Amino acid sequence: MTWLSQNLHIVGDLLVDHLLLAIPPILLALLLSVPLGRLAAGSPRLRTPLLTGTGLLYAIPSLAMFIIIPAITGFSLRSPATMITALTVYGCALLVRGAADAFASVPGHVRLAAAATGHSRWAMFWKVELPLAGPVLLSSLRVVTVSTVSLVTVGAVIGISSLGTLFTDGFQRGIEASILTGIVLTVAVAFALDGLCVLAGRLTMPWLRAVRA
Amino acid sequence: MNLFVEAIAWLLDPANWTGAGNLGQRILEHLGFSAAVVLTAAVIGIPAGIWIGHTGRGRALVIAVSSGARALPTLGLLTIFGLALGIGLEAPFLALLVLALPPVLAGAYAGVESVDRPVIGAARAVGMTEWQIVQAVELPLAAPVIIGGLRSAALQVISTATLAAYVANTGIGRPFFEGVKTQQYDMMLGASLLVGLLALVVDLGFQLAQSAAARRAEPHRARSGAKAHRAPQGAQERIHA
Repeated sequence: MTWLSQNLHIVGDLLVDHLLLAIPPILLALLLSVPLGRLAAGSPRLRTPLLTGTGLLYAIPSLAMFIIIPAITGFSLRSPATMITALTVYGCALLVRGAADAFASVPGHVRLAAAATGHSRWAMFWKVELPLAGPVLLSSLRVVTVSTVSLVTVGAVIGISSLGTLFTDGFQRGIEASILTGIVLTVAVAFALDGLCVLAGRLTMPWLRAVRA
Repeated sequence: MNLFVEAIAWLLDPANWTGAGNLGQRILEHLGFSAAVVLTAAVIGIPAGIWIGHTGRGRALVIAVSSGARALPTLGLLTIFGLALGIGLEAPFLALLVLALPPVLAGAYAGVESVDRPVIGAARAVGMTEWQIVQAVELPLAAPVIIGGLRSAALQVISTATLAAYVANTGIGRPFFEGVKTQQYDMMLGASLLVGLLALVVDLGFQLAQSAAARRAEPHRARSGAKAHRAPQGAQERIHA
């Protein structure tokens, strides 16, 4: 506790760094995966290459990804851009599959009915398919959110500042309190962002509660 | 792209494949250590998961453990165990075990739970004992999902075993961290490509085992492949370190 009170400002700065690294990739992955997932669900010919491709990305270890991405993009190794790109790729690896499953779960007769009542393709996507795919999509998004927050810490071993820095610093200097603070805060941030996802789901899909009640 | 050429040159350099601590030895260390972790997780997780799936007791616990564990940062566990236990293989072993157990447990539980209830009822009706039901009915039918859990665990462990070199000198993480320390990018990238390749090969092996188990469990559905045998979304997936 004395360690924490003496280092509160450092911990605060690292917490901000952590959030700035974790939140953009979660949003980017969502933004990219919804259209890709819709494509995969709508076309059997695209489904296999899209899902196998993103599935393969999932098998690449994150430490490797943190090195491979700067080698491809030319970003510097320790830049936030490297981290955000790597985490977006991972997020997509899980979310594209989740989104494809979500859109595939929309019943065909509902789609036919929407077409019969004169919905354009665009209106059908926004008003019929996306709302119905929402709950499944949300559950994948929650997995990605929690995993991303936890994964940000790995960047600390190559010098990207985040709550993970509390682990590498604490280990090198033999301060257990530093590591423990890092673990507790990482888990807390993960649960807080997960809670925000649930809240956002309730606000954008109010019918879910009505169905359950 | 030049860096990739250098990394591959580093990987192919015969000097790195001979002498003490050569790459072949590092690969064996990496695979051996990962296998030990996954086997331990299997010995603990599979019987526990089957028991929970069979009796229906402790469901909430599995769900809480598998979703809660996803938030635990492995690097944090590695370093705290490293400080507590000192330099050696014990700390990374424990940290990786914490990583591997939830997907194995969730796979075994979800697999047994997904077996059609009427099938189990029928087995009971023809007079099979509970033990016979577990080993002759539930186990073969659940095998594809159980293997899926092991696959997910193995992938995470192989990936994260690279990180183990941060607190213990073992595996492909060694050249990786040496590269980080000395700013040798070809070495870092070469080691990274090697781990990635290893993960892909092992994942492919598990995929084949999973399809074989699926063919055995449900021969008439064999053409649909392992697709039908994924545990419920989120039960075991986690972006691995």
